[in-house]
Amino acid sequence: MSDNHILKNLESGTRFDGRKLLEYRKIEIKFDVSVNAEGAARVILGDTEVLAGVKVEMGTPYPDIPEEGVLMVGAELLPMSNPDFESGPPSIHAIELARVVDRGIRESKCVDFKKLCITPNEKVWTVCLDLVPVNDDGDLLDAFGLAGLAALKTMKFPKVDGDKIDYHEKTSAGIELRNLPIPVTVCKIDKYFIVDPSNEEEPAIEARLTVTSLEDGSLCALQKGGDKPLTSEDISTMVDIAIEKGKELRRVFESATKHR
Amino acid sequence: MTETKVKENEIVVPGEEIVSGMGYLPAYGTYRDGEMIRANKLGIVHVDGRAIKLVPLSGNYLPKRGDVMIGKVIDVTYSGWIVDTNSAYRAMLGLKEATSDFIRKGADLTKYFNFGDYLVAKILNVTSQNLIDLTMDGPGLRKLDTGRIIRVNPNKVPRIIGKEGSMVSMIKAETNCRITVGQNGVIWVSGNPKEELIAVSMIRKIERESHISGLTERIKAEIENAKKGESQ
Amino acid sequence: MTSSKRLDGRGFEETREIEAKIGIVKRADGSAMFRMGKTVAYAAVYGPRDLYPKFLQNPEKGIMRCNYNMMPFSGQGERVRPGPSRRSREIGMVTEKALSSVVNLDEFKNAVVDVFIEFPQTDAGSRCTGICAAALALADAGITMKDLVAAVAVGKVGDRLAVDLSYEEEALKDPDTTDIPMAFVPSTGEIVLLQMDGIISKDELMEAIELGKNACKKLNEIQVAALKKKFEVDKNE
Repeated sequence: MSDNHILKNLESGTRFDGRKLLEYRKIEIKFDVSVNAEGAARVILGDTEVLAGVKVEMGTPYPDIPEEGVLMVGAELLPMSNPDFESGPPSIHAIELARVVDRGIRESKCVDFKKLCITPNEKVWTVCLDLVPVNDDGDLLDAFGLAGLAALKTMKFPKVDGDKIDYHEKTSAGIELRNLPIPVTVCKIDKYFIVDPSNEEEPAIEARLTVTSLEDGSLCALQKGGDKPLTSEDISTMVDIAIEKGKELRRVFESATKHR
Repeated sequence: MTETKVKENEIVVPGEEIVSGMGYLPAYGTYRDGEMIRANKLGIVHVDGRAIKLVPLSGNYLPKRGDVMIGKVIDVTYSGWIVDTNSAYRAMLGLKEATSDFIRKGADLTKYFNFGDYLVAKILNVTSQNLIDLTMDGPGLRKLDTGRIIRVNPNKVPRIIGKEGSMVSMIKAETNCRITVGQNGVIWVSGNPKEELIAVSMIRKIERESHISGLTERIKAEIENAKKGESQ
Repeated sequence: MTSSKRLDGRGFEETREIEAKIGIVKRADGSAMFRMGKTVAYAAVYGPRDLYPKFLQNPEKGIMRCNYNMMPFSGQGERVRPGPSRRSREIGMVTEKALSSVVNLDEFKNAVVDVFIEFPQTDAGSRCTGICAAALALADAGITMKDLVAAVAVGKVGDRLAVDLSYEEEALKDPDTTDIPMAFVPSTGEIVLLQMDGIISKDELMEAIELGKNACKKLNEIQVAALKKKFEVDKNE
């Protein structure tokens, strides 16, 4: 019943919480998460709150790319954040979230994997980015996208003594992100497009398209979700929205991470 | 000699001492620990003669006979419907209690109430094992049509309804919305988008500030402000 | 080794800096953050709620489940592999036993109260910090409980007993630190959790328990203040 009811709101240009259709909730990016992580960030998007943390290890490179470090992105949908999440191994939703965020980071080449090499063919950094929600009020993917970038941008490598890592001592060297891939999830309800759906709106969503874009408007990740199909006009509209919103989110990100 | 340690209307936490002395009786939300009466819930102290009880500030809904609640149909069986009550326990709505129509054996029950439908129903009975029976036979009991469903802390429902319905009637009148408040903390609101938003934010405000006095006047003033803001 | 001060300069009966906050997870029925020094615990409670699979339901009394989990980036050294370990499952169990001794399980027969304890950052004493947070989350959720529960780890560092061990103290060797996590019901002083890693005499244990009990009284005051503060803030909005 709420599914039809939301159309009345959308027709008049608003959503259940009074936002405009393409309006994001208030975004905060904080760095008060974990002093034990090499890098960590908290993103609060309306009532959605997520954490991202980076831990590094030393390992051997993949044989086909002997001079490049390794990045692993994982997500765990903690049952604390949503009564419908269950304990156990990562659900398919957690896996999808992690892989979409991963593709944005990897395909944009924002991380120079060659700089993660310590000794070619022998030793490289393995960077583990872990994403968890604290409170799920919708749009986890976009929140994770920002949190992951914030954690990566502000991380610092620990001191290395030969083969041993001293996690208690941080160096001043980090990963310099060469660009900022920002995922934006655009959702379709009937003939309307919205961004940043809250929990209340999620059941009404018929199809969604996550588009990760860069400053120059190029696209580095795509993921269609939802049960209903999209036309190519839909996709064209949604991509435009995502690029536009991506620019907005990038500004928020840059000002929040300015002095770090 | 009884000596009151905590005044009426104070917020107490589990284990906290409320009053000492054998002259008082521990009622809802409190228990006796030797000379002392202590809280066993987070709530506000209320002294009723010699009885000390708590008005709880939180806690999930505990279904009670006679409550009118809003539930969601989550399953359809051959003998009725299973309804989510926003509590730990599901409820059963049998054929006889659902409608006065004669329903043939094997008829398609989803024609009456379908998966996902929201119903205003009354609790006929709650067994000691928390099995719940519902009825749709009564004034105001019906399937809800298009509108918005929100969930509030069920302990705040009395405040949202107000004395003899005064608070919810005021919100209905000021926002032109139809509103049904279930005892289980599920509320249905239906109106045009802008006014619905005002009604919902007022309900949320009452939920947050229920323990503070002077609420009715504040809510009325807020609605006036909101409507002025809308027309600008 | 007799020392007159601890590694971080604290007195032997002094806890680390404590912080508590209620309502950090909006979707949960109750939630709280509790911090002891650099160990931060988030606890979220859902329930009483429906319990699946059905065969787990108990018609005679409710069930409480406690889940203890460290986030991958929370630890002092390497990344913590996600997923339950034997250690985290044991801690979940003793936490559940500690909390069920104050919770009235009869009030939610056939149903379950789920407690999730997550750590974004740890520095020793995590199970105790988790219990303090979980007790607050249960109270915030309106669960009927005769009292809160407070917990602290008392240890033998060198030849002295010390309250609320830090990671550095726990890691000391020769002699190895003895770590005794314990939890109390503040109004009665009853013990609801007691474990130990190390070697001590019975007299030392009894003394450690007294130290722990006193420390937990102070922790309880902070818990109570945090619960009340939640409603004071609302008042001033």
